[in-house]
Amino acid sequence: MNPLLSLDNLTVKRGDCPVVDRVSLTIGPGECIGLIGPNGAGKTTLMRAALGLMPSTGESSLTSLSPAKRAHAAAWLPQAREIAWPVTVEAVVALGRTPHLPRGAKLSATDQAAVDEALSQMGLEGFRTRLANQLSGGEQARVLIARALAQQTPLLMVDEPIAGLDPAHQISTMQAFQALTEQGKSTLVSLHDLGLAARHCTRILLMSKGRLVADAPPQEVLTPKLMQEVFGIFVHYEQTPTGPIFQPLGLT
Amino acid sequence: MTRLMLLLSALTAVLFVASLAIGPAEASLAETLSALFQDDGTPLTLIMREIRLPRALLAVAIGASLGLAGAAMQGYLRNPLAEPGLIGVSSSAAFGAVLSLQTGFAATFALALPFSALSAALIGVLLVLALAGPRGASMTLILAGIAISAMAGALTSLALNLSPNPYAAHEIVFWMMGSLADRSMQHVTLAVPIMALGWLMLASLGRGLDALTLGEDAAASMGINLKRLRLMLVLGTSCVVGAATAVAGAIGFVGLVVPHMLRPFVGGRPSRLLWASAIGGAAMVLAADIAVRLVLPERDLKLGVVMALIGAPLFLHLIYKTRKELA
Repeated sequence: MNPLLSLDNLTVKRGDCPVVDRVSLTIGPGECIGLIGPNGAGKTTLMRAALGLMPSTGESSLTSLSPAKRAHAAAWLPQAREIAWPVTVEAVVALGRTPHLPRGAKLSATDQAAVDEALSQMGLEGFRTRLANQLSGGEQARVLIARALAQQTPLLMVDEPIAGLDPAHQISTMQAFQALTEQGKSTLVSLHDLGLAARHCTRILLMSKGRLVADAPPQEVLTPKLMQEVFGIFVHYEQTPTGPIFQPLGLT
Repeated sequence: MTRLMLLLSALTAVLFVASLAIGPAEASLAETLSALFQDDGTPLTLIMREIRLPRALLAVAIGASLGLAGAAMQGYLRNPLAEPGLIGVSSSAAFGAVLSLQTGFAATFALALPFSALSAALIGVLLVLALAGPRGASMTLILAGIAISAMAGALTSLALNLSPNPYAAHEIVFWMMGSLADRSMQHVTLAVPIMALGWLMLASLGRGLDALTLGEDAAASMGINLKRLRLMLVLGTSCVVGAATAVAGAIGFVGLVVPHMLRPFVGGRPSRLLWASAIGGAAMVLAADIAVRLVLPERDLKLGVVMALIGAPLFLHLIYKTRKELA
């Protein structure tokens, strides 16, 4: 089976300084991958360059696709939560169906089903007719995640989707990504909550200063040694009957 | 949605008929309409076909153009303060027209002025596209538009400054106020095909503008080709605004106020706003052009002036409303 995304020596330079430095990786079907690293490590740049939204050197399997084809291969949720006009929540989520609709066509039953499913996954059924730009920040974030889910692509790339969400919605969002793996879809999610990454991700990518320094299951990446080297923190990490527990304890 | 379209269309139709029926020649509505359709040999037929019909047709075409371009520009920039003049086409077209008046070229043949305005608009838009660069970002487009507007504005002032006599200066100033008086069918046949080309380009943007509601990155990832979208927007706006300015002079506020007023009625969707603003713009310019003839018939009130007098208070009202919503 073809990988959903493969990067080979992907490099992005800002002036002479590499922001993403020779990153190679492959994403197969059915993975929930956490992308972690300190601020400025190059997480967002890596994802945007992989999608072909900014110039880069090296190879990404998505950049050679036309915008229309790429929209069927991967969905992207930027970190900036922008909803420019007073449109309803349902209309925003329905925008995720844009790549699937012929020009000028109305939503089909399949499209409407995808919208309904995304709304229910994000717990937004009661918000359908509310104006999206008047919701709270966390609610808007959930609306935009639902939009990306409604695109129903094999690969979903999301940039810090759970920042600003309450604990229940942080967990339900990560569970929604996990649920996609059962359909053979994969998610690449950047996040700073390493505890949630430990519990919900099948694999962790750790970036530091533009380099990919680790790419392995959570227990092999969230080790005291790596956490100290990359984040400068010492941590508590333990496997318990209720799942792994990860807690940063202090600065080294 | 369809009710809004019907309502706006009906309003436009009524205003169109009213525009045909109003003028210094005294005649009843029935007489004017029958003179329009049947050549009964009276001067009224000539008045209807050569004076009032082109005027009403241009009001519809220009209003629709400015409304459509305004909705497209606001949708593209995701800013309710955007207007079609932002990319510098109207200033360039105005400069071309002023130059032809100043040099006397405008008097050489019937359509000399609109031709020079259109040529200057074309040069302006090519410069904007060259300055804005190849990537699809909106910021560089605004900056390029502002630069070209400023340049064209400066050159217009220079032309006025160097005008050979007070009469020429007077003519230029009056032309810049914008008017539909004394336009002929020649103006219609020159402007409408160019505008129609622009309407087609702008009408194709709906889907992309909807996606842009969520920002440029999100739109690009949903399969929207931003480079193509921006090119179509610039070319479409240039066609409609360039042609409108060439035949009627500078008419502001339509592209700013109409989309802003109609946005709540189309659920905020940029694609629906395109059509609504086109029809709404036609109605607004028709209404203003009727007001021009009713308020001070003997003083040759200029359409651009009346439009600004209607538009500015409407805009103030909208700011007041927005302020309350934000509070």
